[in-house]
Amino acid sequence: MRQFGAFIRKEFFHILRDRRTMLIVLVMPVVLIILFGFALSTEVRNVNVAILAPEPDDMTRRIVERIDASEYFTVVRWLDTPTEIHETLRAGEAQLVVAFGQHFSGNLFSPDGSQMQLVVDASDANMARSYISYAGGIIADFSREMAAGTGTSAQEGISSSVQFLYNPQMKSAYHFVPGIMGLIMMLICAMMTSISIVREKEMGTMEVLLVSPVRPIYIVVSKMVPYFVISCINLITILLLSVFVLGVPVAGSLLSLCLVSLLYIVTNLSLGLLISTMANMQVIALMISGLVLMVPTMILSGMIFPIESIPRVLQFVSYILPPTWYIAAVRKLMIQGLPWIFAWKETVILLAMTIVLIATSLKQLKHRLE
Amino acid sequence: MEREIVIHTEELTKRFGNFTAVDRISFDVYKGEVFGFLGANGAGKTTAMRMLCGLSRPTSGTGTVAGYDISRQYEKIKSSIGYMSQKFSLYEDLKVWENIRLYAGIYGMKDKEIERKTAELLERLHFTRERNAMVRSLPLGWKQKLAFSVSIFHDPAIVFLDEPTGGVDPYTRRQFWEMIYEAADRGITVFVTTHYMDEAEYCDRVSIMVDGRIDALDTPANLKAQFGAESMDEVFRSLARKAERSE
Repeated sequence: MRQFGAFIRKEFFHILRDRRTMLIVLVMPVVLIILFGFALSTEVRNVNVAILAPEPDDMTRRIVERIDASEYFTVVRWLDTPTEIHETLRAGEAQLVVAFGQHFSGNLFSPDGSQMQLVVDASDANMARSYISYAGGIIADFSREMAAGTGTSAQEGISSSVQFLYNPQMKSAYHFVPGIMGLIMMLICAMMTSISIVREKEMGTMEVLLVSPVRPIYIVVSKMVPYFVISCINLITILLLSVFVLGVPVAGSLLSLCLVSLLYIVTNLSLGLLISTMANMQVIALMISGLVLMVPTMILSGMIFPIESIPRVLQFVSYILPPTWYIAAVRKLMIQGLPWIFAWKETVILLAMTIVLIATSLKQLKHRLE
Repeated sequence: MEREIVIHTEELTKRFGNFTAVDRISFDVYKGEVFGFLGANGAGKTTAMRMLCGLSRPTSGTGTVAGYDISRQYEKIKSSIGYMSQKFSLYEDLKVWENIRLYAGIYGMKDKEIERKTAELLERLHFTRERNAMVRSLPLGWKQKLAFSVSIFHDPAIVFLDEPTGGVDPYTRRQFWEMIYEAADRGITVFVTTHYMDEAEYCDRVSIMVDGRIDALDTPANLKAQFGAESMDEVFRSLARKAERSE
């Protein structure tokens, strides 16, 4: 136990004296949260719109005003001819063009109805789809009011009302926060632990430790303790930032969220241990954690893109990534506010992964020492 | 007078698959002796030393280190030996005294004792002013001296030195060897590997490994007489020439 204490003290010194790493480890979560929370938002806001109205009149003006008044769109330009549609989109002056058909107002109450076209810059397909649905919504609202005002029954029948559960303001932060939690914890635990163990191999100090009477498991566990502490600090930072800066509340039980997070931290610490048994140089450890962990996590874990829309083959990769399950659990516990029982599957899978990782890495460690 | 044996091996062998790294070596090392363990790269020195340190188990043959069996009591061996490698083995980002405390703590020494011996050691090395200096900031020669002192801080029965003077200037090497003699005088057996043949002359006895076997073992004077050589360097070269395997 005395040996263990001496070791943990040494590990804290290593980390506390390496200012640069310290800074990265503590500031990275803050930067990522702010980046993803504000800059990388997928929300529709102030999208530039151009209008083509061959016969501008009161009716078209009222629709345009309605579009312009919404927080989603800003009307920047009125076009004169259809050929200008492509020009404006190509020049990037507007991302959406609303084109009214001939005799728009006149045909409004005719049996065929009047025509309107939405032309969108779909180079970003997801955003384009959002523009269309937002613009379509505004126009549908307008025509429903018109119909009600004039007493026609054309728009009656089915009226659907939409309710956005768990994220009523459709904020993208709700989507990103669990993802960032999954990513940061993985980076800090897995990457930093593996690098710090491999550094001892590279420096030659590991040899001296192995010749000493310290049991290898102590060496390894004492490496994990400081990073466990740092991860807990990060967890607190992220939660505070997301609640007070991004306005994402912890809808469910804080306790169950923290317990699942602690489990996930341990999963990643053992992942870092496994990496350290495979690599002999810090660069290699960094590459493994960067390429094998970070990139797939960002793309395949459901952090940004839904897993369902990933090709089948890659979905298997998703399922073996620990962050996939953690992020899913956090969405349930933190965003949807479900009781823990609804995240039992994720918890069990994370637990199983942890056990397998620890067993494999201890076996590897023993094997390497022989 | 019968001298006390601290390392004893009989037919000690280590095979990796078809490759016999260490081939039935048998030798004794006496207490308080400075024992030179020589051999070209790939001759099996490191493998043999790893077995003696309890890091790897022999394929066949037996051996005892400090009275403990190397195949079974290797954990006990680890507490009775010190080790210093060619790679610098202290932590650069820890202070001088923190390094000492860490290693002393690893060997289970008590805080009081650590404190007393640390003061003593720093005094002896004239390092008292550098007590709080980061090891990173010390010159290489000082670091090596400190590393050696740390490796014998817990008064081990035997200290294993794996090419301890690599990259150190001749003057510091000289000083380093004085420290080795001091340790031997205190009864610590020194088991040292080296590439420098002039250092081989400083050893009480020298063994030379060729292709996994010990081809010669005696005092430097006897070896030179036996091979009709002027220096240990000549002895080493005439033996190394017979080697069939290279690195």
